[in-house]
Amino acid sequence: MGKTFSEKILGQKVGKDVVPGEIIEVEPDVAMSHDNTAAISKTFYKIGVDQVYKPGMHVVILDHCTPAANEKFAENHKDIREFVRKQGIRNFYDIHVGICHQVMHEKGHVWPGALIVGSDSHSTSYGAFGAFSAGIGRSEMAAIMARGKIWLRVPETIKIVVDGEFPEAVSAKDLMLKIAREIGADGALYKAIEFCGPTIDRMSVASRFVFTNMAVEIGAKAGYMIPNQATLGYLKDRVSQPFEVIESDPNAEYEAEYHFDVSTLEPMIAKPHTVDNVVPVSEVKGTRIDQIFFGSCTNARVEDFEIVAEILRGKRVHPDVRMLVFPASQEVYLEVLKKGWIQELVEAGCVIMNPGCGPCMGNHEGVPANGEVVLATSNRNFKGRLGNKESFVYLVSPRTAAMSALTGKIEDCWY
Amino acid sequence: MLIKGKVWKYGNDVNTDVIFPGKYTYTITETAEMAKVALEDLDPEFAKNVHKGDVIVGGTNFGCGSSREQAASCLVYSGVGAVIAKTFARLYFRNCINFGLPALTSPKAVDALKHGESIEIDTDKGEIRCKAGVFKFPPLPKEVVGIFDAGGLIPYTKKQLGL
Ligand code: SF4
Repeated sequence: MGKTFSEKILGQKVGKDVVPGEIIEVEPDVAMSHDNTAAISKTFYKIGVDQVYKPGMHVVILDHCTPAANEKFAENHKDIREFVRKQGIRNFYDIHVGICHQVMHEKGHVWPGALIVGSDSHSTSYGAFGAFSAGIGRSEMAAIMARGKIWLRVPETIKIVVDGEFPEAVSAKDLMLKIAREIGADGALYKAIEFCGPTIDRMSVASRFVFTNMAVEIGAKAGYMIPNQATLGYLKDRVSQPFEVIESDPNAEYEAEYHFDVSTLEPMIAKPHTVDNVVPVSEVKGTRIDQIFFGSCTNARVEDFEIVAEILRGKRVHPDVRMLVFPASQEVYLEVLKKGWIQELVEAGCVIMNPGCGPCMGNHEGVPANGEVVLATSNRNFKGRLGNKESFVYLVSPRTAAMSALTGKIEDCWY
Repeated sequence: MLIKGKVWKYGNDVNTDVIFPGKYTYTITETAEMAKVALEDLDPEFAKNVHKGDVIVGGTNFGCGSSREQAASCLVYSGVGAVIAKTFARLYFRNCINFGLPALTSPKAVDALKHGESIEIDTDKGEIRCKAGVFKFPPLPKEVVGIFDAGGLIPYTKKQLGL
């Protein structure tokens, strides 16, 4: 019987055949942590080790509350800067560089066939580049710093096959929300998901990322795609080490298989307070909104800005709406600046913020008031996620967000 | 180990943001403070009234969402003896093991248990005892029992390194 990509990558790491359900101890190729490195470093020293095992394995990116919102965050950042200096962790990106999951691949820390762990749940993201990547906890990261090892259970794999041409105005995010609705927030619990099919093969790097980024929202341990030409082209000048693309065998065994045809897909929206509470946008059309959060590791890349700028060009954001814009990274920021889109968004009345997570987990930079409704291009709408449990967060595509910005109500961009 | 207390029962998809709000993940670090905000956005009565040995009971996908381990550790600090659910989110399950908090899977027990009733858990025998009877739960995989028995991942790592 054939092997899936996860059985192959994990098997390579331990140097033997592995099967789903087996628990193995592995040394990851790359280990990512962010603002939580302050807490991780304290736990690390508690273990009683002075020197990080293989500092080159670690990538530390400040993004979750940048610049520091108060003295507590400032102290955290200071501790982290001291820690990486002392430990010789050179892959350190300070507050100006961007969101961890974006910076990881921009700076060449992700490659096909790599085994990557991150102390952040959306570390499933790197599967879009053909890596096996999974989220872990803070203590686990501290233990990796001390011993270089972590236990992982070899997951069963679910296959999601996507076919058809997207109708105009419908995009990756709408499909991912539809997948969440069909499979459910726990539909892929502990499993790896392999996204494939002609539609996935044709997609841009930024669009493909949406799926592996949100794979964890339906419970997955890892998301995966065979890198397409666009992806390999993107990685070419970024990754310095040799790599091999790993593909599942044609006769690999999948636990389940789902098929989606996007040719009749409508724009979708996740209503408060769960990611699988998804309906077509038409069902909630007209709902009044107070704020838009255009940002996050899910949807704040160049192609997302292109759509938003196109819609807002020469127009005005509705006076009752605050539209907050967070480029995913410095690289994205510079590119959209050069294209003139930032100016257009400012003229339209948007508030341009710094690259980073922004209000995504409720730390700062746009926490909503009681009773307010927020349209977010991010990936999670749990109660209280943006910092106020009395607010209501809807997840949408950048297009739906921009169209709704103009009228102050949820708009359906379906023609 | 014998765990004895009362049941706090909740529904499906109890997520990490309602167990330990994101806005506190960098600001609240003292264990007593963490205990005080446990389940704040789900059940404001919980932190005030929980007793040592109490057991949280949830439905499917318990602990979904963030990787933040405070969602497991804040329950330990508040005295919770175990969590029983129909299924656990992956990261949450790992974090429970890493903090030595028993995360027990038993759909039948979840259906039978009522909010506020008394419960007894025998982790050695793999038994949940309550008004409706005795329910068995599967043991931890042998590869991770060592972590749990050492009292969590950090003591386990120390042991592995001979520290
Ligand atoms: S943007 Fe949001 S989901 Fe992405 S890493 Fe930051 S906090 Fe997490």
